[in-house]
Amino acid sequence: MGVQRGRDSRIRAPYRWTIVSLPPFQHLVDAHWRDVARLAHGLVGPVHADDVAQQAWTQALAAYPRLTHARNLRSWLLTITHRCAMDHHRTARRTSPHDDPSSLAGAPVVVPPDLPDGDLWRRVAALPERQRDAVLLRFVGDLDHRSVAAALGTSPGMSRRLVSDAMATLRLDLTDPEDPR
Amino acid sequence: MTDPFAAFAPTLAGPPRLEPTDVSYVVDDTVVGRMLLAVRDDGRVLATAYAPDAEAEDRWLTRIAGSVSPRVLRHPAPTDAVRRALEAYLAGRARRVEVETDLALASDFQREVLTGLAASVGYGERTTYAVLARAVGHPGAARAVGTALGHNPLCVTLPCHRVLPASGGVGGYAGGPAAKEHLLALESRP
Repeated sequence: MGVQRGRDSRIRAPYRWTIVSLPPFQHLVDAHWRDVARLAHGLVGPVHADDVAQQAWTQALAAYPRLTHARNLRSWLLTITHRCAMDHHRTARRTSPHDDPSSLAGAPVVVPPDLPDGDLWRRVAALPERQRDAVLLRFVGDLDHRSVAAALGTSPGMSRRLVSDAMATLRLDLTDPEDPR
Repeated sequence: MTDPFAAFAPTLAGPPRLEPTDVSYVVDDTVVGRMLLAVRDDGRVLATAYAPDAEAEDRWLTRIAGSVSPRVLRHPAPTDAVRRALEAYLAGRARRVEVETDLALASDFQREVLTGLAASVGYGERTTYAVLARAVGHPGAARAVGTALGHNPLCVTLPCHRVLPASGGVGGYAGGPAAKEHLLALESRP
């Protein structure tokens, strides 16, 4: 008999949780910097995307050795990126003058006038904050609803709801592969 | 299903610029082969190891991540000192690679063997596995000594190329026999 390694192995179970072998951080950077940058672009717009991505990587690097699991590091990175984007919006709201009406409409995303993808990003930026974040995490981040929910601090059901509402608002004709209806 | 956001292809600024952290490394093409140079944040050298291909490189990096710190970044600047020292030695300008080393990647036995080696076999000298085994207090462990040297994380810096088989020839070497011959020839130049 070889070593038992299945999920139901009671002998091995404690080791599964205590021995974490994290890959060298450079591997994460090489594999995921594009995804992080793309999500940051979607969440805060092109003007601040670089700052937010940079901040996310710095935070991830600082926290990395304390990570207790190496499962789905990509989702972990995108969650940090989302948190940095929310911090960015919060700071932007605090510092923007209150007499400016645009500062009251959720978190403004700066979209330059000459985007190659036509109208889509203007419409995404105009979505309610939670819907925008959910739809970006789901499709630009390519996360499943469980990870989206974890990033947003909500339930997978709510994540589905936010994504489908967003898609309806965007009038995008598509069926979510995780959510066949 | 087609990606609904396929049109979203923003111009990306490039990979993040991160400050050097626990371990910095660089892969350098030297005259003896492609080498991975890894340095701790305090400047001590963890590895000057042969990494002929990407898999070998990954193996070393995974080992560093597991036994030193997972915060490992590709950063040329912190490795400048070791790169220069290695270059000076390989050009024959220096008689040793003048760096402080850290044997965190070596096993206890390897540490014994490698420090014994560095202390007892000088520039241009040669020894055999059996003689070195006796010198470090493990007579009869010539093969174990050979294995320990074969996995030397600090090749060239800790001179495992000076150890030859008693039966003649140059024996095995992590960087290949040609690299070993090159180093021996370099050191026997007057």
